[in-house]
Amino acid sequence: MIETLGLSLERDGAPVLRDVSLQLPGGGITALIGPNGAGKSSLLHALAGLLPPSAGEIRLEGTSLARIPARERALRLALLTQDQAVTTRLTVGDLVAFGRWPHHRGRPGAEDRRAVAEALAHFDLGGLADRPLESLSGGQRQRAHVAMAQAQSTPWMLLDEPLAALDPRYARDIMERLHALTRPGPDQRGVVIVLHDLGMAARFADHVVALKDGRLVRAGPRAEVMTAGVLSGLFDTGLAVERVRGRDVVVPV
Amino acid sequence: MAERRLWILGTALLGAAALFLAWNLRAPVEFILGLRVTKLAALVVVGAATGAATVLFQTVAGNRLITPGIVGFDALFVFLQTMLVLALGGLGYASLPGMEKFLLEAACLVISAVALFGVLLRKGAGDVIRMILTGVVLGVLLRGLAGFAQRILEPSEFAIVQQSSFASFGAVARQELAVAGVLLLAALAGAMRLAPSLDVAALGRTKARTLGLDYDRLVLVTLSLVAAMIAVSTALVGPVTFLGLLAASLAYGWLGTPRHALLIPAASAIGALILVAGQFVFERLLDYQSTLAVIVEFAGGLLFLFLVLRRPRP
Repeated sequence: MIETLGLSLERDGAPVLRDVSLQLPGGGITALIGPNGAGKSSLLHALAGLLPPSAGEIRLEGTSLARIPARERALRLALLTQDQAVTTRLTVGDLVAFGRWPHHRGRPGAEDRRAVAEALAHFDLGGLADRPLESLSGGQRQRAHVAMAQAQSTPWMLLDEPLAALDPRYARDIMERLHALTRPGPDQRGVVIVLHDLGMAARFADHVVALKDGRLVRAGPRAEVMTAGVLSGLFDTGLAVERVRGRDVVVPV
Repeated sequence: MAERRLWILGTALLGAAALFLAWNLRAPVEFILGLRVTKLAALVVVGAATGAATVLFQTVAGNRLITPGIVGFDALFVFLQTMLVLALGGLGYASLPGMEKFLLEAACLVISAVALFGVLLRKGAGDVIRMILTGVVLGVLLRGLAGFAQRILEPSEFAIVQQSSFASFGAVARQELAVAGVLLLAALAGAMRLAPSLDVAALGRTKARTLGLDYDRLVLVTLSLVAAMIAVSTALVGPVTFLGLLAASLAYGWLGTPRHALLIPAASAIGALILVAGQFVFERLLDYQSTLAVIVEFAGGLLFLFLVLRRPRP
């Protein structure tokens, strides 16, 4: 479990998150939702240890995150940021293999190669391993970056808008593959994901955290947070939650 | 594949070195061979250091169009020479003890660079671009000051400064070369130790940190190595601005790998190969000395323009 206790964050002296206390249960998908500037990405960066709290504390499985050394943190939390620009010329295989760095520190072994092959296969990238990243479509490139986070083999994957600019087919494809990773088993992952697509949140999230203006609006199981009242207040626009073929769907009204 | 290409480079460098030493070797063989070995060592040391330093610098700056020279090393070196000539006069400058002058210049360059890196990177290595821009501005300032000082020099003294503003491999003292060689070998060994971490650093600060790399520390260590390599090689022979860009760009293109364990030796070998082969052609075939640095700058400048104009992928 990841816990935040009275967490406040600042960027360049300006507060971006204020007094947020919440619990993110392990396993399953937790969606972070909220309007632009709500503090979702900052929260994710703080959970990964990249943005130190200005007040409060983050605990990872009961231990203060600040007390966990950088390398050990990288063995427990993988972060995929929005900025995925890579200045070097890499193949898909090179990129995914970087996910293993915290494990081997420059000397990859058989276990690392196995994890990379598994991540490539899970995201259907096996045939593209030798292709340069820049030759891929946006969706394929996005899958390669998520596969890198998977190859890191951490119990937690923190993903900042991995569906940005993807068409519905690619977006759904990534969510289904992530969902598969959260199934109970020896390699079960907890996925914390920033989503702007409320339809995907309603379809795949087990838990939802709603943030607005740097404050926590609501956190809990999906059915408790994804309601017309909470969503309409969160985004300051009329939104309804309807049942279609037995599933919740968010529609503007 | 990339490993094999590195071997080819090594073989080409050995071949060029052998040609440089053995071509048209006449009596007194021992004396001439001694001179050639010294010059060859200077070419290899400077070429290797400049090539490796450029790869390191480009990786931590996240930009493959810049060279360590851009932060004002060359300008500071020329400024130092100008000030020395201005203060001591042409004769006093010429009679400075070589080893002490070399060590003093190298120390001056290293201290200036480390001060620049240290002061400007205190807030973290995200500020590399600000550091580079500050270096560029300081370089312009130093060039301006040196230019002003050169106006008040005697023509004969100005000629001395002018001569020291381009790299010259003709008059390298063995003692200084030995010291430079040891320092640069140590720096190269340090760079090779950092190679796997530099692979990760090339992904950018945030990504590298999410993978558990102490990015800010790595950048400071890397920039210190760059400062040492460029300072020692500049103090030894003078500035060679574009050689590094030439060597690093050719290394990326020739090897096609993101692995620094291969890129660093490749850029070193190419830097050395360019200087040795270039000097061989000018000295032995064209019987034309001391313009190699000018030609390297010219070819490097053209390559730089080509790289800028073809808009490489980010």
